[in-house]
Amino acid sequence: MVQRISREEVAHVARLAQLALSEDELDSFTSQLAAVLDHAADLEALNVDDVEPSTHPFPLKNILRSDEPSEGFEIEEVLEVAPEVEEGQFRVPPILGESS
Amino acid sequence: MKATEIAEKVSSGEMSARSVVEHHIETINKIESDVNAFNLVTAEQALIDADEIDSKIASGETLGPLAGVPISIKDNLCTRGVETTCSSKILEGWKPPYNATVIEKLREAGAVIMGKTNLDEFAMGSSTENSAFGPTRNPHNLELVPGGSSGGSAAAVAAGFSPLALGSDTGGSIRQPAALCGVVGVKPTYGRVSRYGLVAFASSLDQVGPFANTVSDAALTLEVISGHDPRDSTSIPEKPLEILEVLNQGVDGMRIGVIEELSGKGLEGISPDVSSRVEEAVKVFSNAGATVESASVPASIYGLSAYYVIAPAEASSNLARYDGIRFGPRTEEATTAETMTATRTKGFGDEVKRRIMLGTYALSAGYYDAYYGKSQRVRTLIMNDFAKAYEKFDILISPTAPTTAFPLGDKTADPMQMYLQDVCTIPSNLAGHPAMSVPFGFGEDGMPVGIQILAPAMAEREMFQAAKVLESESGKDIE
Repeated sequence: MVQRISREEVAHVARLAQLALSEDELDSFTSQLAAVLDHAADLEALNVDDVEPSTHPFPLKNILRSDEPSEGFEIEEVLEVAPEVEEGQFRVPPILGESS
Repeated sequence: MKATEIAEKVSSGEMSARSVVEHHIETINKIESDVNAFNLVTAEQALIDADEIDSKIASGETLGPLAGVPISIKDNLCTRGVETTCSSKILEGWKPPYNATVIEKLREAGAVIMGKTNLDEFAMGSSTENSAFGPTRNPHNLELVPGGSSGGSAAAVAAGFSPLALGSDTGGSIRQPAALCGVVGVKPTYGRVSRYGLVAFASSLDQVGPFANTVSDAALTLEVISGHDPRDSTSIPEKPLEILEVLNQGVDGMRIGVIEELSGKGLEGISPDVSSRVEEAVKVFSNAGATVESASVPASIYGLSAYYVIAPAEASSNLARYDGIRFGPRTEEATTAETMTATRTKGFGDEVKRRIMLGTYALSAGYYDAYYGKSQRVRTLIMNDFAKAYEKFDILISPTAPTTAFPLGDKTADPMQMYLQDVCTIPSNLAGHPAMSVPFGFGEDGMPVGIQILAPAMAEREMFQAAKVLESESGKDIE
């Protein structure tokens, strides 16, 4: 039987999700994800074309707060729990792939 | 002792908050090493908080309805300055700069926080075995799981570490562990309780709710934590619930439906122990004056499939924020992209990775309509079927979980078997309806069985009335 998700597809979604998988993990995740998708196959037989999709239990509308200044978090408090900080900002390694 | 009783005695000065907290710390010291309900016990702070309550009482101040009552908090609710990990290595050591709204409300009511309880990593699981910090064990039998994902909270209440606890319920994560540990667990209507400061798993399904030993304690806790919060845009603009005033009104004349797709022969894999307790619950309700009949919610059988597309899809988006840039530990590599991948690969456990990938797949081009789109339409079907059932019935019942507690390691190798634990609880999350688990006797294995009571949106009061009837018959309430 053809599996519902291939090893290549799992490798692809892992890359999209920024996860690195070992060869062994690729094997086990592929069969586990296929099993879940197999179970979800019972939905295929359902004709729901004329049913509206629901994204939420209740209809949501955008709620805006009044445009008044209010106190946020102290910068120090937020940076205190950050992994790397420099001059009051989050520090990150090079973004474009060049090492500085 | 019941929470209501503690609050009364502390408020009247008959008992000190300190003595209450000390008593619970003693219990924790005695058996927590076996149970592992907590990621962190905040005993020192609890004693400071208790002393503060006692001095307020000494100076004649009136305290809130939970004065001096110990409570344990699931470790996915933000507590200011106190480590909040979601039982994940990716948040290890993170101390939030703010409190969840429910924490503020509890403190205002006089409750004393005992610690942060263990969970399946990011609330993904049904046994609390997916914790990065080791599994929690069922206080009734240490070889068995407590259920999950809020297994630490359920176990803390069952073990007597605190009479109350908070959990979160996305697909059954309060109700299923409540059933397996023999305590009361409530998932309120979606939007009833603020989610501000609850670490997001699947935002259209997540809801915070209480655990307690008794129905009335659960009702009191829900009264305290419910109500509109401008900080949560999905919060329903309603006043806090008032349940206790109607709690003892019984079920005389109530129309109660037993969901045939989720109980008895309709439910594959249901244990005979659980089935027979549901039959017993039907008798209790009939004797109390309710009309009890079979009810049909046909689309509920598709709940599990729809849920395991929708929840991972939302999770894959919500968990994109854990990249080692702004909070939590970082695994530093040469570039930012490599740092993010290394941090996530090292920080997330297998179940979280599975769900992130499943969600990413279900949302990806070419599969979106087949999986995510379809599941959202099935979600509507389930809502419609519930609406039809509630034309004929005031409340519905089913088992909370298909089985009693199972051995550690029993289902960890086969995720699909684990997911089946949530088959009865998921439909309420998809519909946004309230539902709760009430302990109702034991199976032949000596382990607790929970009955699930489901109600239409906003009908928590009727749900609790029925729960109270069931509880009085199981002899658990000592009023």
